[in-house]
Amino acid sequence: MSGAPPDRRWLRASASFPAPVIAEIHRAADEGVYDIRGFGAKRHLPTFDDLLLLGASMSRYPLEGYRERCETSVTIGTRFARRPLELAIPITIAGMSFGALGANAKRAIGMAASAMGTSTTTGDGGMSPEEREASKLLVYQVLPSRYGLDPDHLRACDAIEVVVGQGAKPGGGGMLLGQKITERIAGMRDLPVGIDQRSACRHPDWTGPDDLEIKIQELREITDWELPVYVKVGAARVGFDVALAVKAGADAVVVDGMQGGTAATQDIFIEHAGVPTLPAVRQAVEALQELGMHRKVQLIVSGGIRHGADVAKALALGADAVSLGTASLIALGCNRPDYVEDYHALGTEPGFCHHCHTGRCPVGITTQDADLETRLHPEQGARRLRNYLTTMTLELQTLARACGKSHVLNLEPEDLAAVTVEAAAMAQVPLAGTNWIPGR
Amino acid sequence: MSNLPEPVDFDLAGGDRRSLNRSLHALAGDGAGARWNIRNPGGRHALCVGMAAEAELAIHGHVGYYCAGMNRSANIVIHGNAGPGVAENMMSGSVRVKGNASQSAGASGRGGLLVIEGNASARCGISMKGIDIVVAGSVGHMSAFMAQAGHLVVCGEAGADLGDSIYEAVLYVRGPVASLGADCVEKEMTDAHRERVGGLLAAAGVEADPGSFRRYGSARRLYNFNVDRADEY
Ligand code: SF4
Repeated sequence: MSGAPPDRRWLRASASFPAPVIAEIHRAADEGVYDIRGFGAKRHLPTFDDLLLLGASMSRYPLEGYRERCETSVTIGTRFARRPLELAIPITIAGMSFGALGANAKRAIGMAASAMGTSTTTGDGGMSPEEREASKLLVYQVLPSRYGLDPDHLRACDAIEVVVGQGAKPGGGGMLLGQKITERIAGMRDLPVGIDQRSACRHPDWTGPDDLEIKIQELREITDWELPVYVKVGAARVGFDVALAVKAGADAVVVDGMQGGTAATQDIFIEHAGVPTLPAVRQAVEALQELGMHRKVQLIVSGGIRHGADVAKALALGADAVSLGTASLIALGCNRPDYVEDYHALGTEPGFCHHCHTGRCPVGITTQDADLETRLHPEQGARRLRNYLTTMTLELQTLARACGKSHVLNLEPEDLAAVTVEAAAMAQVPLAGTNWIPGR
Repeated sequence: MSNLPEPVDFDLAGGDRRSLNRSLHALAGDGAGARWNIRNPGGRHALCVGMAAEAELAIHGHVGYYCAGMNRSANIVIHGNAGPGVAENMMSGSVRVKGNASQSAGASGRGGLLVIEGNASARCGISMKGIDIVVAGSVGHMSAFMAQAGHLVVCGEAGADLGDSIYEAVLYVRGPVASLGADCVEKEMTDAHRERVGGLLAAAGVEADPGSFRRYGSARRLYNFNVDRADEY
């Protein structure tokens, strides 16, 4: 028998069992436990890339790039709140916990968001003083775990977000692994150091939309009806969930598509649960329109937003603003090719890292390790994130002007065409070059 | 002559919840010692929520959801029954329910003392994070679910799955427990624990023999994920 390598021409991979699937079965057989990881869905999904913006030409006039204004401001919480949030740009920063993220990352995000006139959001684990100090507009999350929930923080924030679900794991709870639980994090969450902190998937004192309505009333009473109350849902049964959130009295609804990131969740959950952001936006807008509440209850969309074109397309479909999680961390330096040997120590490479759950973030973002944290200088991180948000805003304005819009919220579905049948069906816009909208 | 301020009488039959809560919030700062009698609550929700003053409040009648929610410092007595989530996320002070309490009493409470002189329904002390709860009667199923810190004293019986997925909270129950939840076990009742129960009963003004209670707490088997215990999650 010859030990020579096989003739590769005759090697045929299985479509059902390609190499990554075989590797995962081997891993599961070795370890007997599901894979927990950070980041968001890595599989291919229909995205905003499958839509195109139709610039103006004869039937519409474009605006002059450097002379004609294209406004970007948006107000969130106009329904009931006495103090709605005035954002200079329709791009906000999503909730990420202090615990999953280090203090420097939270501070950098707050500084960048403030400089851009937009909001940032707390996360599971409550509000840290650094975050409040750095953030001009801070949205305070009320989550099922209620870790660190403090009425003084509720009174000190600028908006409240009741989190019902998350795009990366609609219907699932959370887990902050013990390796990330320092004394400070444990203290904020009323738990011992070093143990896995499980977050419940349901709130402890309400279930269902009728209870949520009363819960929202309580939060408004505590804060004297000053602050907007958002309800955040993971995209699943979007039409029903958005309608029920509106019925429960939300000022704004946040819909998080399945590309939304997480600090630590089962891989199987991240890749196989929920609905992509693209159809979720349309379903949410339709639900609001059916209730006559579109633009009265603001819609914030998150999950895989990457650049100004994504923002423009989300707004054209009817969103009022978007929210960034993963992309904001990438701007801070996530997956940047620095400290490459530390990526290798985690068994990965820059560009492939999803190891937020380990607490050993090579670039000092998702870590509580004092040494690793020094790798992220808050000012430098803030500068990068500010540059990124500025770029996105310029891109958004460029595209909106090209569509003849003097305000980015004037973008509309008529400004869009789809390049795939799937995207045309999901977004309910015509397939490019046709008048055909699948299902109509 | 007493130096106590005259009690303020607020009648919800002729007023609304908003003006009550607004007036109570205005006590924050220099409202310590203020005394309020609140009449005709009529089962309204979210009464006396977000208190931030050492005031003494008496509510005469039944209340709906979330009464005394997120209380800090105030001492609140409900002369009636309470709906779901009474004293939810309480930080400090005290809340006393003279009647029965619905589900999720004291949910995620981080401090203070909640006393229920009657029975409490399901999920009493769910997700509790430092609050002390004394129930003179019995508690329903899934009480102290994911309870992190604080004490739950039950003078009567406990329903099924007591202390499921419990962390460091300590449970004392005098009567039978229908069943214990995942990772909750009976533990030795030492003199120190009898002393603690005695102290909590005294603070609550509830009469019972501390020696007649049994203690339950976490086996700490779910603290770090272990595949061999996956069926317990
Ligand atoms: S570089 Fe850090 S933040 Fe980015 S995926 Fe890796 S561990 Fe997470």
